[in-house]
Amino acid sequence: MEIDGLAVGYDGMRALQDVSLRAEAGTIVALVGANGAGKTSLLRAISGLVRAERGTIRFDGADITRTPAHRIVRRGIAHVPEGRRVFASATVHDNLLLGAYVDRNAAHRKARLEAAFAAFPILRERLEQRASTLSGGEQQMLAIARGTMSGPRLLMLDEPSLGLAPLLIPQIYAGIRAVAAGGTTVLLVEQNVREALRAADTAYVLQTGRVVLHGAARDLIGDPLVQEAFLGISAA
Amino acid sequence: MDTFAQLLVGGLLTGLVFALVAVGLTLVYGVMDVVNFAHGEFLMLSMYAALGLALIGIGPLLGLPLVAIALFLFGIVVYRVFIRRLLAGPSEATVFGTFGLLVLLQGAAQATLTSDFQSVPNPPLQGTIHLGPIALSQATLVEGIGALVLTASLFAFVEYTETGRAMRALAEDRVAATLMGIDVQRVNGLAFGIGAACVGAAGSLLMLSYPVYPTAGAPFALTAFVVVALGGFGSIQGALVGALLVGLLEVFGGFYLAPELKMVPVYVAYLAVVLLRPQGLLGRR
Repeated sequence: MEIDGLAVGYDGMRALQDVSLRAEAGTIVALVGANGAGKTSLLRAISGLVRAERGTIRFDGADITRTPAHRIVRRGIAHVPEGRRVFASATVHDNLLLGAYVDRNAAHRKARLEAAFAAFPILRERLEQRASTLSGGEQQMLAIARGTMSGPRLLMLDEPSLGLAPLLIPQIYAGIRAVAAGGTTVLLVEQNVREALRAADTAYVLQTGRVVLHGAARDLIGDPLVQEAFLGISAA
Repeated sequence: MDTFAQLLVGGLLTGLVFALVAVGLTLVYGVMDVVNFAHGEFLMLSMYAALGLALIGIGPLLGLPLVAIALFLFGIVVYRVFIRRLLAGPSEATVFGTFGLLVLLQGAAQATLTSDFQSVPNPPLQGTIHLGPIALSQATLVEGIGALVLTASLFAFVEYTETGRAMRALAEDRVAATLMGIDVQRVNGLAFGIGAACVGAAGSLLMLSYPVYPTAGAPFALTAFVVVALGGFGSIQGALVGALLVGLLEVFGGFYLAPELKMVPVYVAYLAVVLLRPQGLLGRR
């Protein structure tokens, strides 16, 4: 995926300005930054929930800047929104099948269901339960698994560790790594900077709607700006 | 005892017809948060359509699928040209918009079809069936069973098909549904069409025993609003339970109180549910 010069605004407020980003196939790209830095706006622009004012978003060589949101999934991009937003009164199974709404091929669905169970084994046990009866961590696993059910080449995750017990976070990240190991590119938005940079190959740091820093994730962990601003380590 | 059994069966059969009218209303409300105030006028149009077919020799039962399909298409057109635009406006827009549609359709019917009561000539199923101590008109029995089959079919559609699952997803979270690749406008339009097709079928069944006139849909629509509020807005099972309850209350009330007081127990139950369980009997939250 290639994003060039992207600008997004809501109600006269500028959320993103001149953002450019590259995500190589099969890698995990972390997008970090403070609250309100524009991370969620970037994901919403990619998935077509908000319109770009300027700039282009290209995916697999095609310009998808103006593709309507419901067609983005068919292009191979799945967006797991902030706050999980599982279909609470539907069963886990129905949630997963809704994730595969754009692909009705039974063999694809079966294989992806198995891959989802491999990444998050608890979902198999919960299959016929309503999503509302799941714990927060299980709902997050379901949201990610639902995102993989369309067989995306790019999976965008918005704050997958938000509001979860610290004990559960390694489980979620193990699942994310399993998805990436299957060849899916992952674009990961996180406030949990340490966890995100540890999992990612490359990372972008957003500040008030602009990319201020990008590079290999392991280099950014050592960067004084990142250490001071996000990891609570003083430069001195 | 015999009277009780007679009233019980009569109440349930009446309730089933109410259910078929109400499920269309509740489906549309559930999927797109629109209370279609013109729902009763869709029913009135269906009854006229069934009458028109009967006049050219296609009886209400044979004509039922034709009227249902016609109403399905009519519903999709109304959604595309009208409801979709209302949804883009403030939330009151759909209330006033669909109420305006009610006035328009009633007025148009009055102007073109006169205010006379009109019935299907030589209607079929005029005999009486005896089941032990219970005597039922064939028409009532066919109406009730037909409505049950169609209501159950709608439930199965929403519960077990891809499109039905998409409708349930849309009812819960429009943004998340869009992220699944569900085209909100397309599925909304389908739901509105199916809601209209339900009254299309109901209108055909009702022509077996009722006359049609420009405001013929209004009493059924009023009952449907009570049914949907009783059962829980957006719930199909709730609409069925609410409709059977209303049917029983109406029939028993009409017999044990007085025919002109038959709606009293219905509205007492309605007020009790609204006060004690405002989400409805099977509603959530």
